[in-house]
Amino acid sequence: MLSKSQARAFFLGGTVVTFLVFIGLTIYSFMPKNDQTYHDKIDAKVIRGKEIWESNNCMGCHTILGEGAYYAPELTKVIERRGEGYVKAVLQSPVPWGPKGRKMVKYEMNDADAEAMVAYFKWIGNIDLNGFDRVVSPLAKDKK
Amino acid sequence: MKYKSQKVAYWFFGLCMLLFALQIIYGFIMGFARIGMDGLHDFIPFNTARAVHTNLLVVWLLTGFMGAAYYIIPEEAQRELVNVKLAYVQLISLAVVGVLAIVGYHFNIWEGRKFLEIPRELDILVVINVLLFLGLILTTLYKAERRTTTSLVLTMGLVFAALLYLPGMIWFDSQVTDSFFRWWVVHLWVEGVWELIMGGILSYLLIKLTGVDREVIEKWLYVIVGLTFLSGLLGTGHHYYYIGVNKIWLIVGGIFSALEPLAFLAMALFAVYMYRKGEKSHPNKIALFWTIGASIVSFVGAGLLGFAHTLPQTNLYTHGTLVTAMHGHYAFWGAYAMIVLAIISYALPNLTGRKRYNNTSGHMAFWLSNVGMLGMTVAFGVAGVAQVYLERKMKLDFMDVQNEIAIHFVVLLLCATLFTTGITLFIIEFIKYGKPTDEALVKEE
Repeated sequence: MLSKSQARAFFLGGTVVTFLVFIGLTIYSFMPKNDQTYHDKIDAKVIRGKEIWESNNCMGCHTILGEGAYYAPELTKVIERRGEGYVKAVLQSPVPWGPKGRKMVKYEMNDADAEAMVAYFKWIGNIDLNGFDRVVSPLAKDKK
Repeated sequence: MKYKSQKVAYWFFGLCMLLFALQIIYGFIMGFARIGMDGLHDFIPFNTARAVHTNLLVVWLLTGFMGAAYYIIPEEAQRELVNVKLAYVQLISLAVVGVLAIVGYHFNIWEGRKFLEIPRELDILVVINVLLFLGLILTTLYKAERRTTTSLVLTMGLVFAALLYLPGMIWFDSQVTDSFFRWWVVHLWVEGVWELIMGGILSYLLIKLTGVDREVIEKWLYVIVGLTFLSGLLGTGHHYYYIGVNKIWLIVGGIFSALEPLAFLAMALFAVYMYRKGEKSHPNKIALFWTIGASIVSFVGAGLLGFAHTLPQTNLYTHGTLVTAMHGHYAFWGAYAMIVLAIISYALPNLTGRKRYNNTSGHMAFWLSNVGMLGMTVAFGVAGVAQVYLERKMKLDFMDVQNEIAIHFVVLLLCATLFTTGITLFIIEFIKYGKPTDEALVKEE
């Protein structure tokens, strides 16, 4: 029968080994040769877009890369689906955007901020998502 | 209770009740918004309600864990807490930080990262608060003559939870890297170190409620937390399938996520077996219900419902849908909310000296909240599966699908009303117990 010291060894040993493997895989994931995000394309506009995204808690309604609140549409492929003009119109609208009854917060963004958001969405839209990009959005082009 | 300083736990539990009640109110605001009744949109838009709802969950659970630690550690260490006044300072500062964060969310002041919305400036106050808490617990343990496995596992969970908060404070230019390390906090909390805390509290409650030998319970506690880390650490991979990182996580995450239910299964079997093996019949049956209930519901909510959508082939379609909300609600309820309600139910009669065991409203609170939460989970599940088929398979527009599935949120709101009735009864019971008193001090319980 298992003793308490053997049980402790199982806990400590298992934890240390899996932790080391986890760290190893994290390093592997972020090696430049394994980059799937076109990291070198992240410029000042994309960074500004991410700042706006976070400072307005857009993830509190929308989802991006499948992460968010499931209350408003997934935006990973939004430029491909809707085009730049539509996205900018929504962000710069002087009244709350509310197609089909669900309201969005009114942001009335200036041109520079709206363009930064578009740059951010364009960068997101080009990430290789291991096949999720095919199903992520109803109007996304099926690349199968 | 055996030590005067344990009384501080009562006030942490009181704050828990208050925050939990607020969390439910914001949940209703979200539920009504989903069926088109969004009259509060101008003051509390959905993203505010959502941030408040999830952050209150995290804060009340952490407050409950801290209260549990202040109650359990003196008994396990067989000495008073080193400084009770500082424990009250910690409680008040925790409440202040929480209120500041929540008020800020109503004025568009946040970080906008799911579960980690607290702005980075306030993060520093959170860190100071947690360091004060850990300082008090660790110093008490350091000065103790007895260090039990239960207290060590509980403390280890609290220390790791504090350390893992740090990766969430770093700014990343890339949304993908940001997401990757955000899961270091969120996943490794809820499917890692929080399970240590849950295991520690569960172990303490089983020792007290069943009378089974401490050595036997603590041996199996090691096995359970061992299984938790063995599966949970690499199980983080299920969050990395489709966010823009290497495909290797599809294999690693898939395999280790499939193992994650084992830890919860072990916990459920452990609790039920110890209950049946125990010769002691503790009169506090309500605490026993919550304790055994937590172990079983966590297996269903966190283990089985988690497994239902962490296979990469399934997650390809369910990622970013209401299926996640289904799993999230039942998992948090079973694994963490119920264990906090269990320790409160156990501690209250001992803190106040009022042995209100087995009263009807206490039992009603248990059953109504559990049936209500089960109903909410089913409603989320049906809405989620319908969303997957209509949106991801049939390629219907997002809002067309949302309007189709709105009826399931009516059901959800009805079940949430049942749940709220149960929690209201629990809070009324909490109030009826009154305040802790030195008269409740006993040499041995």
